[in-house]
Amino acid sequence: MLHFELVTPEKLVRSEEVYMVVVPGTEGDLGILNHHAPMMTTVRDGTLTVFREEKGQPETIRIVGGFAEVNDKGLTVLAEHAEAE
Amino acid sequence: MASLKALKGRIGSVKSTQKITKAMQMVAAAKLRRAQSAAEAGRPYAQRLEKVVASLASKVTISSTTPKLLSGTGKDQVHLFVVATSDKGLAGAFNTNIARLARREADALIKAGKTVKFYCIGRKGRAVLRRLYPDLIVHSEEPGDLGKLHFDDAHRWAEDLIGRFEAGEFDIAHLFYSEFKSVLAQVPTKQQIIPVQIPVDAPKSDVSAAIDYEPDEEGILADLLPRNVAVQLFRAMRENAASEQGSKMTAMDNATRNAGDLIKRLNIEYNRKRQAAITTELVEIISGAEAL
Repeated sequence: MLHFELVTPEKLVRSEEVYMVVVPGTEGDLGILNHHAPMMTTVRDGTLTVFREEKGQPETIRIVGGFAEVNDKGLTVLAEHAEAE
Repeated sequence: MASLKALKGRIGSVKSTQKITKAMQMVAAAKLRRAQSAAEAGRPYAQRLEKVVASLASKVTISSTTPKLLSGTGKDQVHLFVVATSDKGLAGAFNTNIARLARREADALIKAGKTVKFYCIGRKGRAVLRRLYPDLIVHSEEPGDLGKLHFDDAHRWAEDLIGRFEAGEFDIAHLFYSEFKSVLAQVPTKQQIIPVQIPVDAPKSDVSAAIDYEPDEEGILADLLPRNVAVQLFRAMRENAASEQGSKMTAMDNATRNAGDLIKRLNIEYNRKRQAAITTELVEIISGAEAL
């Protein structure tokens, strides 16, 4: 499972184990699974799609002003605003 | 000599003052708890952003294309002091301490021949600075209730600051605020926010770990650096909010205790005077009876 964290300046919104997260990167959408190669990208304003289970219903979170980092510990998304849809 | 009636009135007024300070102390205690947890909730974001910026900055070599927010203007002639205080008093030495630190630093820089400008956030700091440096305040903001500030406010100020920086209004910006250590200790702090300071002990990112950057390092930095300024401002406002309430709580606790002491003293005086009046009356009656 992928460790996923979503942080805003006001609080830590999510910190959980998920199957996959689709991040709206500036240069294109990225599906991040476990063991993704380390990377950093800016994120355009849009929706983050979180798949908790492989075949489950995804959850969408609207984010504004984002930045994503993938390292060996998992995926961290920093956003100025985030709200679940 | 105060009459009995005047003393009684005095005791009553001190008692009601004590009630007010007691209530203010309790309100501050409740607000402090909220402000403190808000300050803690904001830490993960600031820490992570700082780590990312530090590791990126250590990779980028300073050149003419480097964002100005990182490399600076190459001068240190004009300093901008962003002094963050609160709009309300009755919080002990909270506002005074921040203003005093800013004043000390400003005097040192002016003596060294530099130019200092002030950007005030908070009415109380502005009041002190306007008295001392009436011509140096370039802008002032009134944040209102510090506990209710949103990130958008900090974002707006950061954009304003960056705009001024790009227009060449100043070379270096320092932020003054009060760091919240504990309920009893709030330390006025100075921090350089523009250009961004990279901690010397920044963890050197592992060169062998190939990281993909989208777009490139400089593109990411250009996006993150302005945001970093906003985040630092926001963090400072959160720290200030907690410090203000902590300081207010201590000040009001002291005031309540002082009022208690005063009431005790006034009560003793009142009783003494009452006794004296009774004694005088008795003496008059007795001597009157003896004269018959």
